[in-house]
Amino acid sequence: MRTPSSSFSSLRDALEAGGIPPAGCFVGAQNRIAFGDLLRGSAIATDRENLRGRSVLIASTDPFLTALALVELDGLARRMILLPPDLALEHLPYVMSCAEVDTVVSDGSRLAGLSHGAAEHALCANSLVPRGPASHERLPTEWILLTSGTTGRPKLVLHTLASLAGAIDVSASPADVIWGTFYDIRRYGGLQIYLRAVLTRSSLLIPAPKEPLADFLTRVGAAGVTHISGTPSHWRRVLMSPEADRIAPGYIRLSGEIADQAILSSLRSFYANAKISHAFATTEAGVAFDVRDGLSGFPVSALTDTPGVELQVVDATLRVRSSRTAQRYLGENAPVLKDAEGFVNTGDVLELRDGRYHFQGRCDGVINVGGLKVHPEEVEAVLNAHPQVRLSLVKTKKNPITGALVVADVLLKTPSLPEGDQTRELHHALRQFCRESLPPHKVPSSIRFVPTIEVSETGKLVRRHA
Amino acid sequence: MSVQVVVREEVRDVFQQVAIEQGMQIAALSDDLPLLDLGLDSLCFAIIVARLESVLGVDPFSANESAPFPVTLGEFVRYYENAVQ
Repeated sequence: MRTPSSSFSSLRDALEAGGIPPAGCFVGAQNRIAFGDLLRGSAIATDRENLRGRSVLIASTDPFLTALALVELDGLARRMILLPPDLALEHLPYVMSCAEVDTVVSDGSRLAGLSHGAAEHALCANSLVPRGPASHERLPTEWILLTSGTTGRPKLVLHTLASLAGAIDVSASPADVIWGTFYDIRRYGGLQIYLRAVLTRSSLLIPAPKEPLADFLTRVGAAGVTHISGTPSHWRRVLMSPEADRIAPGYIRLSGEIADQAILSSLRSFYANAKISHAFATTEAGVAFDVRDGLSGFPVSALTDTPGVELQVVDATLRVRSSRTAQRYLGENAPVLKDAEGFVNTGDVLELRDGRYHFQGRCDGVINVGGLKVHPEEVEAVLNAHPQVRLSLVKTKKNPITGALVVADVLLKTPSLPEGDQTRELHHALRQFCRESLPPHKVPSSIRFVPTIEVSETGKLVRRHA
Repeated sequence: MSVQVVVREEVRDVFQQVAIEQGMQIAALSDDLPLLDLGLDSLCFAIIVARLESVLGVDPFSANESAPFPVTLGEFVRYYENAVQ
């Protein structure tokens, strides 16, 4: 099923549609820029011709600048690469070569001191440079999103505006909608909200980097945000905040993690007037479906009754085929994103209970900590590099605050298990060792010293999931 | 010691412990202090809840689907006291 949004050939066309100046704006912590002004000016301080047909890395610190740059570049650049906030800069050369980046747009601070190689650099700022209307020639710009890979090196996922916007029905959007999101718009979940705002010419509140939750909630309340999205972990934090009652949304959307019944019921009772929906979406598979009945999991009927999306459960794992899935991964020897029939294997394991499917975890052992993915192999590689460690097995532990935590079983080189203070010291030392090379959510929250770790006949760790 | 005292002390201990591990200084722990004013992120709270489950044997966040989320430290302690009793 095609929705009207897929007919826009660029964000700019969407903003210009209707002929009258669009009323919406982007609202950051410090700045507000009206869509109408964005059509007459640019946040990128270079001649438009210098950007035409380029492969552009958008590397700002503040996602507000990314919001501006996307409008300027979509339909003009060959490719836009959205650098997420937590990318380890050691992976930057790989990302740039993989995506054939020839232009870097940044605020001058994010990549300060780093070489851009042969790529040209253009500054992006909150002050718009006046310029005339864009020509009508539009390129089908490729949108490149980054997701985490097994070794810590990101995977580059190729989308188009049509695939990203496939789940957005612009004709159904009521007037006076103001969007807000707790996500970073440079990741799939946040980008969905960004696109909902731009394609329906509705305002969007964008959180600043490290903006305290209390400040953002106060802004959201003052701006009268009607539609707001975040992960279940974001929402749990909201409900633990004294400022939770500053906002009065009419629509609450959860995605990026399994929404359990506790968070759905708590939101229902705290925001009694809001419609609450939880969506299943991944960067690769796109938006598959929304669940609006207030219950965790999803009804079996969603498999057959979701317009425009084909869903299959094969070996208890969800597979998705639709026009919303990504096209492919970029790069040499990139893994295959879709099978021969065009299905994306999400790797999410389902269990059928009382007529509903419930998500049980991942068949590849990937751990979802508050919406951030952790590949166990990456953490094991770090633990195994410690001089006292022979082997480690990294697993998920269910958690009511972040959905899951990373935990580890460790087999030491010493024949006997540590005791008492020794255990505590070693535990501390290993966590410290992990902290030196891993971001906090990947550091095991608890470590168990075990007498054996099971290895299969083929020499692989035996992982038990779900 | 009463259950209340044990729970309160364990909660304080675990907050302090996790704050130190994450390299953070936390404010004096008074009952009316909003949890989020402690400067701990969601990951820290997740670790605190996991540690308390291992020392107290309860996880009121998972057990209780209808109770409101605690906002202050005092409410957080009571959340655990009610679960332990």
